[in-house]
Amino acid sequence: MTYQFDFSALLPFWRDFADGVWLTLQLSAVSTVLGFVGGALCAIARADGPPWLKRIVGAYVEVIRNTPLLVQIFLVYFGIAVLGLRVDANVAAVLALVVNVVAYTCEIMRAGIESVHKAQIEAAECLGLTRAQIYWHVVLRPAIERVYPALVSQYVLLMLASSICSQISAEELTAVANRIQSDTFRSFETYIVVGLVYLALSFVVRWAFWGFGLLVFTRRRKLGTAL
Amino acid sequence: MSAVVKLANVHKSFGPVKVLDGVSFEVGRGEVVAMIGQSGSGKSTALRCINALETIEEGAIEVCGHRIHDDTLDKRALRQDVGIVFQSYNLFPHLTALQNVMLAPTCVKKIGRKEAEALGRDCLARVGLAEKAGHYPEQLSGGQQQRVAIARSLAMRPKVMLFDEVTSALDPQLTGEVLKVMEDLARDGMTMILVTHEMGFARRVANTVIYMRQGRIWESLPGSELANPQTAELRDFVGSGL
Repeated sequence: MTYQFDFSALLPFWRDFADGVWLTLQLSAVSTVLGFVGGALCAIARADGPPWLKRIVGAYVEVIRNTPLLVQIFLVYFGIAVLGLRVDANVAAVLALVVNVVAYTCEIMRAGIESVHKAQIEAAECLGLTRAQIYWHVVLRPAIERVYPALVSQYVLLMLASSICSQISAEELTAVANRIQSDTFRSFETYIVVGLVYLALSFVVRWAFWGFGLLVFTRRRKLGTAL
Repeated sequence: MSAVVKLANVHKSFGPVKVLDGVSFEVGRGEVVAMIGQSGSGKSTALRCINALETIEEGAIEVCGHRIHDDTLDKRALRQDVGIVFQSYNLFPHLTALQNVMLAPTCVKKIGRKEAEALGRDCLARVGLAEKAGHYPEQLSGGQQQRVAIARSLAMRPKVMLFDEVTSALDPQLTGEVLKVMEDLARDGMTMILVTHEMGFARRVANTVIYMRQGRIWESLPGSELANPQTAELRDFVGSGL
């Protein structure tokens, strides 16, 4: 092997890399928050909604989980255009990521909701709590606590999967890399750097979720139970 | 004595199985009624009907003025008057003992946090667990968890309390500490209906003991008379327990 590594060719582009990282984080953060809220609502609908709603949500979840993300992104992106709307590529990217992650969040949360024993709900009913209060205090909080590790994995995966948004010209980290490697012809070096940056981002995101978990799940913190 | 709880000719089936076959009894204010009988005799179902956890097919139940058999029953209003404690405690695992007790007063009665906390600590003190306020359920013994569950019910200041085999999962020592709390409640004038296998407790504390068999009240007698049953079946049943 006689390949001569030359990382110095990438140095002038550090600002572009930084912009890409920033957009990747923004896309991921917004999609995570919207995906969590949407996923929780879908999970409640699927666990406790009227039969027609259960079927609709169930069908949506199955379609999303059984088609490639790249295809979903194209469908959302071109679908918006067909509808005659003009939206920013980043908005389309977030929309597509949310459509995807809501389905996965829904299934993870549903597992959590179903793990809450019926007797817990009965006890809360007997104390006179309303349905909404029961959902919030007795079902969702312990359910989220239980499936939190699975949710974190899903959202780290979302951050990594956001690289696919480069395909619809959202200028996130991978899109930046694609441009830089065609400018410098230093493809291998470029993707080594980008790979390492994604690795670092994953650690940062996991660490942030871990800290957030300690903050929110008081019992885990006080009893020292692993998160 | 005005009746707080009144059952009149209550019928209930689970599929083809008749669980309650014309049950009628009344419980007056401050009275303690113990329901005993074999498993499957309908005693727990009767108790659950009183709190509208089961629907009935025939007859009438009135609890603190709430008509359980009416379609217009406001279950949440009913449950602010009736407390229930279950065999499996059913504490909320992610909340401390104090938070478990405070949850309903803050959510349902909308009382302020400070006031709710004082109320919560007071209720925990009544069951002898003032110093366990900050503990989570998994850090407590079964007997302590059950006492927290009793405190959680007490915090809503119910007019009637129902106990559904609350000591069945506990060893004799832990059973003793839970029964002591219940005895204190009875002495303070709480109206109580309990399903129990603790014959000694029924005899000592209950004003009335109801012996259920095949979905019917087979025999009803004062607790103090439990050693002298009229029917052969009850004699057989208590024979093993006393």
